[in-house]
Amino acid sequence: MKHDLKMPPDMIQLLSFIKKEFYHILRDKRTILILLVMPVIQIILFGFAITTEIKNNKIVILDPSRDIATSRIVRQLVESEYFELAGYLKSDKDIEKVFINHEAELVIVFADKFSENLMHTGKADIQIIADASDPNTAVSLFNYASGVISYYQQELMNENNVPYQITSGIRLLYNPGMKGAYNFVPGVMGMILMLICAMMTSIAIVREKETGTMEVLLVSPMRPILIIISKAVPYFILSSVNLTTTLMLSVFVLGVPVAGSLFWLVLFSVVFIFVSLSLGLLVSTITETQVAAMLISGMTLMMPVLMLSGMMFPIENMPKFLQWLSHIIPARWYIAGVRKLMIKGLGVTSVLKEFAILGGMAVILITVSLKKFKKRLE
Amino acid sequence: MSIAMITAENIVKNYGSVKALCDVSFEVLKGEIFGIIGPDGSGKTTLIRILTTLLLADSGSASVDNMEIVSDYKKIRSRIGYMPGRFSLYQDLSVEENLEFFATVFNTTIKENYYLIKDIYSQLEPFKKRKAGELSGGMKQKLALSCALIHKPSVLFLDEPTTGVDPVSRKEFWVMLRRLKEQGISILVSTPYMDEAGLCDRIALMKDGKFLRIDTPDNIIDQFDDTLWAASSSRMYALLNDIREQEEVLSCFAFGDAHHVTVPKGTLNLETLEENMRAKGHSDISIKPVRAGIEDCFMALTGRGSGDAGKTDRGNADREMKSCRKDPV
Repeated sequence: MKHDLKMPPDMIQLLSFIKKEFYHILRDKRTILILLVMPVIQIILFGFAITTEIKNNKIVILDPSRDIATSRIVRQLVESEYFELAGYLKSDKDIEKVFINHEAELVIVFADKFSENLMHTGKADIQIIADASDPNTAVSLFNYASGVISYYQQELMNENNVPYQITSGIRLLYNPGMKGAYNFVPGVMGMILMLICAMMTSIAIVREKETGTMEVLLVSPMRPILIIISKAVPYFILSSVNLTTTLMLSVFVLGVPVAGSLFWLVLFSVVFIFVSLSLGLLVSTITETQVAAMLISGMTLMMPVLMLSGMMFPIENMPKFLQWLSHIIPARWYIAGVRKLMIKGLGVTSVLKEFAILGGMAVILITVSLKKFKKRLE
Repeated sequence: MSIAMITAENIVKNYGSVKALCDVSFEVLKGEIFGIIGPDGSGKTTLIRILTTLLLADSGSASVDNMEIVSDYKKIRSRIGYMPGRFSLYQDLSVEENLEFFATVFNTTIKENYYLIKDIYSQLEPFKKRKAGELSGGMKQKLALSCALIHKPSVLFLDEPTTGVDPVSRKEFWVMLRRLKEQGISILVSTPYMDEAGLCDRIALMKDGKFLRIDTPDNIIDQFDDTLWAASSSRMYALLNDIREQEEVLSCFAFGDAHHVTVPKGTLNLETLEENMRAKGHSDISIKPVRAGIEDCFMALTGRGSGDAGKTDRGNADREMKSCRKDPV
């Protein structure tokens, strides 16, 4: 067969098919808008609006001594964006009233003769009382307050030049400000990539089944593998665009830096994209309608990403069964890996396990879905 | 003319307990238009899908262009043209883009085989920038046919190509098929429209997964050896029932603006029937002998073959059939 360009026929078919897929994507203005804008909105929503950070909490102080040390701690607490001073208490009998009347979220009780004790014995007590009816908030508030106090402790030590003193207490590693964005950026990245690759790929293939064009494609010399590749390529490119926007937004808008190697982060993401693409392919082989494909990818792919990947709820807090279940969720490994590579800035050696697991998943899923892809109608 | 391009032998296909095809055998010769005529659900699509390698038969064998449909399915796929029941076009691509895409998928270019589709495609060319989804039914059909032809197939499979297309386009379509036939392309076409049967070289009447008869349309009509009349009066519905009550009448069903009455030869004469109807109070009675059409043959065959009333896609015939057919006494 003669062609103007000396390309193998497979290649011409493939390029023409990919071009056709891009027409589909680019002409569906609404979908392309959603696909490109969604990551931006999600990052901004999770970064700013929906946040687990709790700011401007009212605190009440019970401070019998009112000395230099206590006033400095109080000042530092109030200066942080997390707390604002609601007043002082006269006696510890009033503490409960504060919570009952919702006057404040946190009560800080300094021991008597705080500064004196601190200077002479090197030891002084502070009690932090929080309303644990909302345990998450209570823990966060407690962490914020302890952070401020330990910071003061450190300052004090530096000032006094005491050579050997061991500081104990909570230190918030990697994310000293407890910023929610640090937690959500990897999660949103996992979610967006999963959504675009898996859901959109499965819909794109099932649409051909639904409109009957798959019948014609099957009765053509085009090899099924080429049909699959040409479906996957556009969404792979689209995912890469989204990966880029997500990273740019998180770095420049949310101020979450890429602490580790960008190269490995991108490569790691590409492996995850392959896993998601092959999941989408798998969904397309078992469904016949676009609605079914959307529901299946929504229910079996998106929900676990949200619930079980560690994006919303820490995996360590889950019941054993769910913890076990989370092992088969690709996003869990991806999010864990991104946290290490991007947030903690660890080297690639620390994510070898995640790399291996995702790589294995990709190989298995691609093999299975290629096997399952029908070269006939049933 | 005598080379077989499609041979099917004892094809059987079941969907669970539903027998979609039972023991179908036939041949399509080179340069022949072979029509499969039958109502919806008779197994036409299943048969075409088996021959186009999209489905596997439970048993039986078939070959297309001398290639076995199971072992040589890949080769067959590059040799045949297929137009599925729904015109499988990309609605969001333009006419030109659709054709171009299918051309490359079939390893060819529009230029290479343009002569083959020129007649058809030239009518679409003024609209080549228009999206396929915005075309009329007739134009969609022409585009789909162009796409199925672009790689110069040796055998063309058309599954109900005229369903949902206006009468003018339907007529044009058959003219195109005849031209393709002259190019030596064998065409297997299925249709629920009985009036299209006469346009085929040979037809198979199909019902419930079986071929009732395979022959030329003329031979099938010649074999209709009962007397057939077209009857009408001022009260059509009452007439239907009244004719049905006549002992000798084999069947009577609504056919356009008259009822077709089948009577065994020499049992009842036209004047007697007219007399009887007048006695029942009908006026403006007109009963005329008519030449049987394919539909009449189909009705006769299905009625006698299975004992249960047949279904056709013509108007209300299938609805009326059940009530009009006289059970054999």
